[in-house]
Amino acid sequence: MSQYTLDINGKKHSVEADGQTPLLWIIRDSVGLTGTKFGCGIAQCGACTVHLNGNAVRSCSIPVSAVVNQEITTIEGLSDDKSHPLQKAWIEHQVPQCGYCQSGQIMSAAILLKNNPKPSDEDIDAAMQGNICRCGTYQRIRKAIHAASNEMNNSNSER
Amino acid sequence: MERVNNNLDRRKFLKMSGITGAALAIGFNIPFSNGGNASIQNLNSDLPNGVTLNAFIIIEKTGKITLINPRPDMGQGSFQAVPALIAEELEVSLDQVEIKNSDGSKKYGSQLSGGSSSIRGSWEPLRKAGAAAKEMLIKAASSKWKIKESDCYALEGKIFDKTSKRSLSYGALVEEAAKLEVPENPKLKEPKDFKLLGKDGKRPDIPLKVDGEAVFGLDYKVPGMLYASIERSPVFNGRVAKYDDSKTKQVKGVIAVLKCERPMPHRKSESVAVIADNYFSAIQGRKALQVTWDDGEFGNVDSEGFFESLRNLAKSEGAVHHEKGEFEKTFNDAPKKLEFVYETPFLAHAPMEPENALAHVKKAECEIWAPVQGPDWLVDQVSKYLNIQPEKVKVNVTFLGGAFGRKAYYDYVLEAVHLSQKLNAPVKVIWSREDDTSLGPFRPGLISALKGGLDLSGNVVAFQHKVVAPSIQHQLYKSLQSGKSDGWAMEAIEEKDSPYKIPNVKYNFVLAETDIPIVWWRSVYASSNIFGHESFIDELAHASKKDPLKFRMEMLKDAPRHLNVLKILEEKSGWNQSLPSGKARGVAISRSFETICAHVVTVSKNDSGIKIEKVVSVMDCGMTVNPDNVKAQTEGNIIMGITAAIKDAITFKSGRAEQTNFHNYRVLRINETPEMEMHIVQNFEKPGGVGEPGLPPVAPALTNAIFNLTGKRIRKLPFNLNEV
Repeated sequence: MSQYTLDINGKKHSVEADGQTPLLWIIRDSVGLTGTKFGCGIAQCGACTVHLNGNAVRSCSIPVSAVVNQEITTIEGLSDDKSHPLQKAWIEHQVPQCGYCQSGQIMSAAILLKNNPKPSDEDIDAAMQGNICRCGTYQRIRKAIHAASNEMNNSNSER
Repeated sequence: MERVNNNLDRRKFLKMSGITGAALAIGFNIPFSNGGNASIQNLNSDLPNGVTLNAFIIIEKTGKITLINPRPDMGQGSFQAVPALIAEELEVSLDQVEIKNSDGSKKYGSQLSGGSSSIRGSWEPLRKAGAAAKEMLIKAASSKWKIKESDCYALEGKIFDKTSKRSLSYGALVEEAAKLEVPENPKLKEPKDFKLLGKDGKRPDIPLKVDGEAVFGLDYKVPGMLYASIERSPVFNGRVAKYDDSKTKQVKGVIAVLKCERPMPHRKSESVAVIADNYFSAIQGRKALQVTWDDGEFGNVDSEGFFESLRNLAKSEGAVHHEKGEFEKTFNDAPKKLEFVYETPFLAHAPMEPENALAHVKKAECEIWAPVQGPDWLVDQVSKYLNIQPEKVKVNVTFLGGAFGRKAYYDYVLEAVHLSQKLNAPVKVIWSREDDTSLGPFRPGLISALKGGLDLSGNVVAFQHKVVAPSIQHQLYKSLQSGKSDGWAMEAIEEKDSPYKIPNVKYNFVLAETDIPIVWWRSVYASSNIFGHESFIDELAHASKKDPLKFRMEMLKDAPRHLNVLKILEEKSGWNQSLPSGKARGVAISRSFETICAHVVTVSKNDSGIKIEKVVSVMDCGMTVNPDNVKAQTEGNIIMGITAAIKDAITFKSGRAEQTNFHNYRVLRINETPEMEMHIVQNFEKPGGVGEPGLPPVAPALTNAIFNLTGKRIRKLPFNLNEV
């Protein structure tokens, strides 16, 4: 057991853990942020997706010892008030069904739009195919990503 | 999946704490179940302080309005749709109310999210409850103002005076309203006046699901909670021969290792539980555990043997479920005969949230926090398991991260109950994805054996569908009489659901015994039966050299709602417009859970095989509560139906499931998702189910399209699009 300092959503957290513990369980059980979900444990489903230094990563497969003092963002840190264009689009298009995978979906989509503000359908396929939705909300996810992209590009051009 | 409780006494209501002061609380004097008639009660009448009961509507003096949702939300939208029934008649918007889930107490009646029954079961009683409360509030206002009731109306949580436009809030009226008689037959609104029902409604749970706020079972914690990861026999009824936990006990955080059990309805199986103060330690401890299993007699079960036994059973007559005319004779005499067998596999549900439950057993009480589809069933099972009164079991229903039938099978909850009792502490059991994938219960694998005879003009004169399958009710409840047909297993193919006009028909059920744990899986037997049924209808159409859609329409000409669905689908799918070469369409229709759904699937050839281009869908589910959500459910059913057709089966070797996680039990992903287009028939028929009926016709519409494209007939699921 060792002490690790983590930078999550702009706040420092000191946790005591076995260094091999996946970041997922640290986020959920030690820090208490439960929006990040456990789905498969082997980086196949994307339910545990968080941002690590601006990249979308699967937190179930990254040991806590590897992320000390690096910038981690979870779904709770994406905005303070559900105001990220993706969150607004997700509500507008009524994307979630059970909702369990949606934190991961939104976190993957956020990195896609950051790197590619106007993604094509093919870009969305490439960026989002690591995230499973068993309820089958894919068509709405696609629509909502396009809608968020439009909103971001419009508000940029107004500036 | 529907259960009717016939033994309900007219009991007085139990006290429910939490409300002080006067309140108007409306509920029922008997638990209502699907189709049941309960009289509506003012639950204040014989109780002090207006403290309630089984109320589905609680209006407090402060103006706070609480509506109870008795149908757990697993993604199907009951958290909006069920309270909307009350809100419509009560004249409140859903933003004005707090929605709470029921807790499993008998007093709330049926609380099952299953069998696509939530709206069908609540449509009448909950609207009546809302209407009754509204009438009482109007009466209270009219006496206060000394005007006629007909000069008052309700809107947005207030009663208005039609002439002067003065108003009083519901909160200001509850004290008076609560003293009034409850109207026995409150007047329900005309559908044309609906403000919420039949309109695209925004689900109140969705904002909670975009920033991690929604609490699922996995997220719930209580102080002092212990975590359990359980090693269960990979063979379903294997026994623990011995285990070595010396390495497990060296894992920091591990508190105990103990023998445990998995209580399934048909048997208990043995397991070893690793208990820790955090979940990762429990997982690590389980990895370090050495268990030696005694596989017992089922260590030799394998899929090939299973399906071979079904093919042998198909030669027997089994139980005749239904017969009309003279099938044998007309089939034997028919100038053209067709005879094929279709096979559908065992499947896991694989909800994104693996099974998990937190239980705290104290002396003769038990409290549970878990994602479950039917808290009332669970209360029954826990009270029997612990031998305590049902009133002493409380279930806190969380949001469910998917379920599809799996979370109406409570082995995972009873494991937590078992461990909590042994350890005298709150215990949370979390299944791994490997546990979820490989341990069942599964959709039963089955075969459909079909025979059909055509006359010289290509009319179907004889038709037989024989279902050879394990019986869910037989395994779970031992409720199947020997030699009888299983009504569930014949789902969706009987004439009431599939009213093809054929003079001589016969439906048989042949029971296949199995010890593999089985259970309902989204749309239950319909998902399997309709594959064989609608594939065979297509084969008959081709054999009679008729267009498959026109062939169906001709045979459904006396079934107006089916016919109407196909007519709309013909137009919306552009069925009569020719496609470029390399593309083809297929059609299938089914009725399940009182809803008719038909799909046209368009497929194309590409470099690697076949691509699913588009699915156009038409549904007649009667009146809708939230059409946008009906579409969402159908989109989900199409995705799940395609997954079931073209991805992985659960297969068995040496008594063990061979699939373990999403790498070998694959599901459809966004890059494989076809374009989907949904059309809902507008009518004022009684609502049908919407959570499942979109699934059954997916696979046959797809394979029928592939036949039209390639001439290859697929009679076994799943298949690989790149190997057709």
